[in-house]
Amino acid sequence: MIIDHPLLGPRDAAEFTYMGDAKLIDRPDWQSDTAAQDFYEYGYLRDNPAGWHEELWFHEAGDRSWLVVTRNTVTHEISKVELARDVARAKGRSK
Amino acid sequence: MHDLQPLTALGGTTAQIDSFAHITIAENDGLALASVAARLGHEAACHKTLKKLLGAVPAPGKAVLHDPEAGFWMGPDQWMIGAPRETHELLADTLDALFGKTASVTEQTGAWVCFDVTGLAMPDLCERVCALPIRKMAAGDAQRTMIHQLGCFVIRRESADHIRILGPRASAGSLHHTLITAAHAVA
Amino acid sequence: MTQMNRLAGGQIDRNKTCKFTFDGKAYTGHQGDTLASALLANGVRLMGRSFKYHRPRGVLTAGSEEPNALVELRAGARQEPNTRATTAELYDGLFAKSQNRLGSLKFDLLAINDRFSNFLTAGFYYKTFMWPAAFWEKLYEPIIRNAAGLGSLSLEDDPDVYDKGFLHCDLLIIGAGPAGLMAALTAGRAGTDVILADEDFAVGGRLNSETLTIGDQSGAAWAAQAMTELRSLPNVRIMPRTTVIGAFDHGIYGAVERVSDHMHTPDAGKPRQILWRLYAKQTILAAGAIERPIAFENNDRPGIMLASALRTYANRFAVTADKRVAIFTNNDDGHRTAADLHAKGVKISAVVDVRPDAPRSMDYEVLQGEVVDTKGRLGLTFAEVKQADGNMRTLECGALGMSGGWNPNVHMTCHQRGRPVWNADIAAFVPGADLPAGMVVAGAANGDLSTAGALRGGAAAAKQALGLKGRLPTMPETEDKPINLKPFWYVEGCSRAWLDQQNDVTVKDVKLSHQEGFRSVEHLKRYTTLGMATDQGKTSNMGGLAIMAELAGKTIPEVGTTIFRPPYTPTAIGVLGGRHRGQEFHPKRLTPSHRWATEQGAIFVEVGNWLRAQWFPRKGETTWRESVDREVLATRNSVGVCDVTTLGKVDVQGTDAAAFLNKIYCNGFALLAVGKTRYGLMLREDGIAMDDGTAARLAEDHFVVTTTTANALPVYRHMEFVRQCLYPDMDVQLISTTEAWAQYAVAGPNSRNLLSKIVDQDISNDAFPFMACANITICGGLRARLFRISFSGELAYEIAVPTAYGDALMRKIMDAGAEFDVTPYGTEALGVMRIEKGHAAGNELNGTTTALNLGMGRMVSKKKDSIGSTLSEREGLNGDGQLYQVGIKPVDANDPVPAGAHLMNADGPIDAAHDQGYVTSACFSPNLGHAIAIGFLKDGANRMGETMQLVSPLTRVHVDVEITSAHFIDPEGERLRA
Repeated sequence: MIIDHPLLGPRDAAEFTYMGDAKLIDRPDWQSDTAAQDFYEYGYLRDNPAGWHEELWFHEAGDRSWLVVTRNTVTHEISKVELARDVARAKGRSK
Repeated sequence: MHDLQPLTALGGTTAQIDSFAHITIAENDGLALASVAARLGHEAACHKTLKKLLGAVPAPGKAVLHDPEAGFWMGPDQWMIGAPRETHELLADTLDALFGKTASVTEQTGAWVCFDVTGLAMPDLCERVCALPIRKMAAGDAQRTMIHQLGCFVIRRESADHIRILGPRASAGSLHHTLITAAHAVA
Repeated sequence: MTQMNRLAGGQIDRNKTCKFTFDGKAYTGHQGDTLASALLANGVRLMGRSFKYHRPRGVLTAGSEEPNALVELRAGARQEPNTRATTAELYDGLFAKSQNRLGSLKFDLLAINDRFSNFLTAGFYYKTFMWPAAFWEKLYEPIIRNAAGLGSLSLEDDPDVYDKGFLHCDLLIIGAGPAGLMAALTAGRAGTDVILADEDFAVGGRLNSETLTIGDQSGAAWAAQAMTELRSLPNVRIMPRTTVIGAFDHGIYGAVERVSDHMHTPDAGKPRQILWRLYAKQTILAAGAIERPIAFENNDRPGIMLASALRTYANRFAVTADKRVAIFTNNDDGHRTAADLHAKGVKISAVVDVRPDAPRSMDYEVLQGEVVDTKGRLGLTFAEVKQADGNMRTLECGALGMSGGWNPNVHMTCHQRGRPVWNADIAAFVPGADLPAGMVVAGAANGDLSTAGALRGGAAAAKQALGLKGRLPTMPETEDKPINLKPFWYVEGCSRAWLDQQNDVTVKDVKLSHQEGFRSVEHLKRYTTLGMATDQGKTSNMGGLAIMAELAGKTIPEVGTTIFRPPYTPTAIGVLGGRHRGQEFHPKRLTPSHRWATEQGAIFVEVGNWLRAQWFPRKGETTWRESVDREVLATRNSVGVCDVTTLGKVDVQGTDAAAFLNKIYCNGFALLAVGKTRYGLMLREDGIAMDDGTAARLAEDHFVVTTTTANALPVYRHMEFVRQCLYPDMDVQLISTTEAWAQYAVAGPNSRNLLSKIVDQDISNDAFPFMACANITICGGLRARLFRISFSGELAYEIAVPTAYGDALMRKIMDAGAEFDVTPYGTEALGVMRIEKGHAAGNELNGTTTALNLGMGRMVSKKKDSIGSTLSEREGLNGDGQLYQVGIKPVDANDPVPAGAHLMNADGPIDAAHDQGYVTSACFSPNLGHAIAIGFLKDGANRMGETMQLVSPLTRVHVDVEITSAHFIDPEGERLRA
């Protein structure tokens, strides 16, 4: 596969390490009343869609960016590639 | 002054040069290296210092082949600065003072082995070892890629037949072997 | 008589004669021949034996689709089995043997199988060897394994090398026949970066096999002229002998270039083959079409082949398979073969055409009818024809051409889930709409079977791929006939009509499989093995599908095809491995002291890619234990030195560096003073321990974090994940510095005395206490880092200098330490000392253990959020009965306590249900004089002093052991702080 890196352009997927569902960005609040349940769902429950899926890829042999890649798991078509850091910020994550 | 004798990455006391019909592979032992990463919120100031140092801020995938300090982009808000070791042994300290609190500086001199590959068959050699579109790269292009499973930087220098490869120093021997066998194959 | 079947003309170089041997007999051919054409020229029709029945077989084709003529090419270590004689380029000194025979090719003892063919039909294996079950392993399997397979391996290492490579282009053109060449000319002239790949060594495709003209020149001459122009274009790369083997995602193609297969031995340093990874923005598939045979009784005798192959041999290679040739056809193309051969002086016995409206000829007889049987034990002698009027005719012929129509080569269009569609006009599957992204198909591969169609299609495809506007240029005048075909797949009433000649599948087998209920085409394939041989059924699958459709009362498109998968043609494992074999299987990482350690005669061990000194044997030491015991005792009694560069090091800087470490470590770092180091335990988000190490605070905003050797990469990746994806606004910067510093552990009571001679500052216990760290200088000015940390449990330091000075520093330490008898130690001694101290390492951080299990439960700070902190509190990971890290020693000091053995209650049963725990790390402690171990025991913290049984039934271990603290040596840690 070819991943169109937002900064570096098209790169072979062989340069990347795959981690899976980009929902891993949505790490729950440890102080919430439902933290135990939230972390259980965060850690163990994943959608496994046959179709469009937002995934985390790490440009291990490249610029060390984590990317959020929107990929069709059936056709391998990729419709969007973003820096995970931008996505995380957009979701309100900070520090 | 101390009396410790450094070794080159290939383990010699002098840098190794291997010549083939249309390729020369030269270990470059004369580089001092340090990485510079902009501190959060100080990106503009960091850019300004970079520009002062190199003449320009290296863009993603690019190098600024300035003299004596040169630099290339490593990742978002992160650059590698190189300079002759003879004159810049303490490059990291110098840069640390220069950038102050606008950037995090880390000495990298010992982390890398550097090979200068020159000659007419250089693009042929590149095609045998890495996936970069070497024939479409221009002077000043700097990309990280995999060579023999090793993460390496490949920088196209001014001369059309010259690339500089920075690879992980501990694997200098394996990287060298890969380049030499590829040179035999395309010679 | 030599080359008795050589004709005039052709594209061989008659000035260059190649001597070769086949089955020990010497022959000659010419440059430009294949092994198959040269054998035919010498009157050799018999080239192999079939897989199952060992039937005599000759060539069926003149290309890479060949099922029959497979040989063992070359001798000795270079012997290559299952090589198609039809693609093996002839060279002087070529050596080949026939294969899959017992005895000689002419008297194959296994041909007895053919007599039992009634028992060996479809599903034979499944039906016969099921019972009795015990016979499978002892009797059936060895016999089958012995008889199975085709060619044999040399069992020697391949002396040749294989390369991998990477190429980029705007347009990849697969196939250099008329369509591919026209596409390349169109795109090349427009300045596009083109790669033109063809599996053949001669470019031109079918043009080399035909007598047709393009404009005012022969097709072959036109191809040569096109090549001349393409070679002059710097933007076009022509790659003959290059088979594109697969279409992968997003325009990535695999291709194998046979660089040296046409030479006796490859030139020094040159690869035999190259596996190219092609990155193509657009692709034109111009892979042509493959003629299909017709199934009739005994249609597999040597001499019976595709009519187009006969034409290729005659026109390109100037060879006829025999002086008398008959043709069996259902379309006009078969007649073209007869005309070409006739023109070359070959006697045409007759053309047998199933159609009533077959074209007539002045030059030879045309019969309406069917070939119903053939004769000739090792080669065709007669063909029996049943004419449409019911009369029988016997034709004398040594070769028979079959022409059943043409199948477009849709293979590559289906590698991305594409499905071909049926085209009734040519009675064949053509590419569907669901092509791999960026692919356009042209010429015969697209169902345009005429030469004019190929030229037009090639030019149009190039325009389409490149988005060029405007009309097509005027094409040169050439052959433009429609196909005119009557679908005809097999002759009725045959008992042994072959479909798949390599796997010996007959029309009858397909019918049997239908009768037994196999309705899906994929089931048919597996049950009969139709199309499962090395040729993947390129000439046979369509016949099987047609028969299946007929039996099921369906149309062929309703039955559908099996799925086409890469590689297109058989691919050597060697080229997939490339240079990554033997010592170069993966890169090595050498430590800064490697050269010095080699001089000391160190024994090395691979740890990941690192080569680390395992121990340093001395003269007179006969076992590794002697060396390791000495290294341990010398370190504990005086001072030892060990290269610990391999531990991962990450530079963590920024104003939020401490806050960041608070996230990745379960214990706290915010309050760590500058100049101090702290042990840190990293958890996974599920609460399981991931890695451990130290973080040294060199400045308020600067830490150096260490990881275990094995986890350096995954931990760095995890840290970047936490930084970029979870806390994007933390001011923290990361970079790996593992290889930037040479780092040595100097351990033992004399370590301070030794280092004081090297470092430029006071390192007394007051000035540089336990867990101190600092940037220092050594030897009068070299920058260095010093950490007072200990893995051995002794007074110890780790000292780091820039890597280039690592070798010199090791030598300096050895010189300075001579008065203390400083002893280098390897990873074995390191392991013994850490077990003696009960330090967890990889065996304990094994992906199943929590901080609690490791005895560090209280380290998990509840005052802050860190990765894994919440889930580590889960009920199932806490409470009574959890595993707890303990020490284990034998009751009888002579007993071993092997790692992997399990703990059972002293008087309890020994079974899995009563398992109490297990040993993770074990060694002989030279300090204690007996074996020791650490491991995990249920509720272990409360079971100190208990006697238990340690068992390993598999290795017959059963010893009584005592549970102790894991801190075997200096439990109070006084030595560390000395």
